[in-house]
Amino acid sequence: MASPSADTAHPTAAAVPVAGPLLEVRDLSMHFIKRAGLRAKIVSNVRAVEGVDLTIHEGETVGLVGETGCGKSTLGRCIVRAYEPTSGQIHYRRRDGQVIDAAKLRRSQLKPYQGEVRLVFQDPYSSLNPRMNLLQIISEPLLLHGMTDRVEREQRVADLLTRVGLRPEFMRRYPHAFSGGQRQRVSIARALALDPRLVIADEAVSALDVSVRAQILNLLEDLRAEAGLTYLMITHDLGVVDYLCQRVAVMYLGRIVEFGTTEEVYGNPRHPYTETLLAAIPKPDPRQRGQRTAVTARGELPDPGDAPPGCPFSSRCPYATDLCRNEMPPLRETSTGHLAACHRTDELSLRPA
Amino acid sequence: MTVTIPDGTPPRTEPVTMSATDPRRRDQASQWRLVWWRFRKHKLAMAGAIVLATVYLLAIFADFVAPSTLDQYDTRYTYAAPQTVHVYDDGDWGFYTHPYTMQRDPDTFEEKFAVDESTKIALGFFVHGKPYEMFGFIASDIHLFGPVHAGDPFYPLGANAQGQDVLSRVLHGARISMSIGLIGVLLSLLLGLLLGGISGYYGGAVDTVIQRVIEFLTSIPTIPLWMGLAAAVPPTWSSVQTYLAITVILSLLAWTDLARQVRGRFLAMRHEDFVTASILDGAGPMRVMWRHMLPSFTSHIIASVTLAVPAMILAETTLSFLGLGLQYPAVSWGVLLQEAQNLRAITTAPWLVLAPGIAVVVAVLSFNFVGDGLRDAADPYRQ
Repeated sequence: MASPSADTAHPTAAAVPVAGPLLEVRDLSMHFIKRAGLRAKIVSNVRAVEGVDLTIHEGETVGLVGETGCGKSTLGRCIVRAYEPTSGQIHYRRRDGQVIDAAKLRRSQLKPYQGEVRLVFQDPYSSLNPRMNLLQIISEPLLLHGMTDRVEREQRVADLLTRVGLRPEFMRRYPHAFSGGQRQRVSIARALALDPRLVIADEAVSALDVSVRAQILNLLEDLRAEAGLTYLMITHDLGVVDYLCQRVAVMYLGRIVEFGTTEEVYGNPRHPYTETLLAAIPKPDPRQRGQRTAVTARGELPDPGDAPPGCPFSSRCPYATDLCRNEMPPLRETSTGHLAACHRTDELSLRPA
Repeated sequence: MTVTIPDGTPPRTEPVTMSATDPRRRDQASQWRLVWWRFRKHKLAMAGAIVLATVYLLAIFADFVAPSTLDQYDTRYTYAAPQTVHVYDDGDWGFYTHPYTMQRDPDTFEEKFAVDESTKIALGFFVHGKPYEMFGFIASDIHLFGPVHAGDPFYPLGANAQGQDVLSRVLHGARISMSIGLIGVLLSLLLGLLLGGISGYYGGAVDTVIQRVIEFLTSIPTIPLWMGLAAAVPPTWSSVQTYLAITVILSLLAWTDLARQVRGRFLAMRHEDFVTASILDGAGPMRVMWRHMLPSFTSHIIASVTLAVPAMILAETTLSFLGLGLQYPAVSWGVLLQEAQNLRAITTAPWLVLAPGIAVVVAVLSFNFVGDGLRDAADPYRQ
């Protein structure tokens, strides 16, 4: 893994086919500490994200999968700095090659970073202010990033609407006039308004109809090719990952348990949790009915405020041993570019997708 | 804050004939337009709004509308009963009333007014009467209606102990009674928005302190507290000063409800996606609060403010009735009711109670209807 200081030392890195990472998350943790009472006693500490490492290269689409409550959205929001991470670093390589640590930016310094790293929200209904029309919604980031000319802004909004497949004449309409898919296009237009480099799509298609979902995914893919975007797709839909992502990170209880190319992870899973996820993908083939023995995780996701001492998955893992229950497995490379956090990864033969 | 984002008004090229249900028009309608369309459907609220508009117009132009001025009295007509106003005179239009003849009951020495059917007092519109200065600078002697010959007795709602016209006094009293509600609510709105906003947006220890203060204030019984504060108003103050002092006293206790509501809304909205989105778009806390959070519930604030006004009107009436609020010579509905606070008024001159009493009821009901309508129409985006 290239260190961020190496990037600054070699400004020509961008010319090299495999450039230094666009974003490198190091040991990132986000704890939600709830205090109560006059002495601010800690009543709960939810470790939503715990020691996450994640590398994203320019131009690629990385998937981040895991079940509800595993901390994937929190990780996304930490990266766009909607949250202030508890600890860790977010090394981001700016356009000029300079690497900054976004985790350390103060609130007043965030603006340029948040213009380049944008978030598309899951719920197209709650993420658009119902009191503003499309022009106001999409031009808000433009205005706040210094595009003061009204005519110029309007022109830009019209361009953006066209790019996401909406008619520019709609710009004076309010969100209540649009369907979920159209609203999500508006949300995407808002994210693109500032010519971002990294777009974090937080379950961007989960709330949509299946037919509309494909349209939005294709739109995202077209925009990526067109504008050279980099995506972090946060999703629980493994089909989306298979369709769009070059690499995928599997998250469980605030930690990344497996990370590799989509092909590798799907074809040769190295973590039992990934196996259960892959087994849960519905196979639309009646001839396979009954042939697949279900590999399922037992029980529920443990409370992230009270995780088991060893491997977080040990309480539900069918292969868990005493070692798993007592000692945390590190995330290590099992083959080139394929990482997994499992003590038994080498001895198990796990079922691919 | 300089906000240059173009507003949501639809282009002017739009044909005016389009109906409210036209989807194209609805899609471009701003929040306020949607609220108005829904409010319009609420018949009772619309009626209330019309009544209120009328009452405020009457109050503003009370000098002109009232047949007599406040300093006009005639001891010959003490406790005179309401006169019947006729608009139809023997097969033709005519605007007149009959004068009184006064007799003293030989046994009880009670003054009795009998209507003298034989003579008529001609009434008219835009008649010359006692001169007044409207708003302190428009000098005139023209009254909307009254006796054609100035000085003829005209008591459509009866007279009080000084022989003053009750109708004129109720119209003048509307000024204080209807404005104390507005000014008082405005003050408490300011306090409520400020303290509730701080409480909800920042949370933590500030929130705890403000909430405990609110709980303390709401736990004090209202009337003794009013009495205590009203007693602190120096008796040497003029009626205007007392009026302002009473308003401040009422609003200092009335902001708590609104502060609670604002706080709740801010707390709930702090984590709304569109608020997060605006923060990520680069909006500062002021812009987030004023442009994204507050507009989402201004309509609710307006509704609860409308519902708070009648409480203020009633509070003023209560205080004045108890003799703690405004005093004669100030005229408000509460003062009028207080004047009627004796057995004689209730037995022989019930109009002294009924006229201001009905005025209070009508105003309060209208405010409540309008408030209800606004509350129902407030959130046009509710699914």
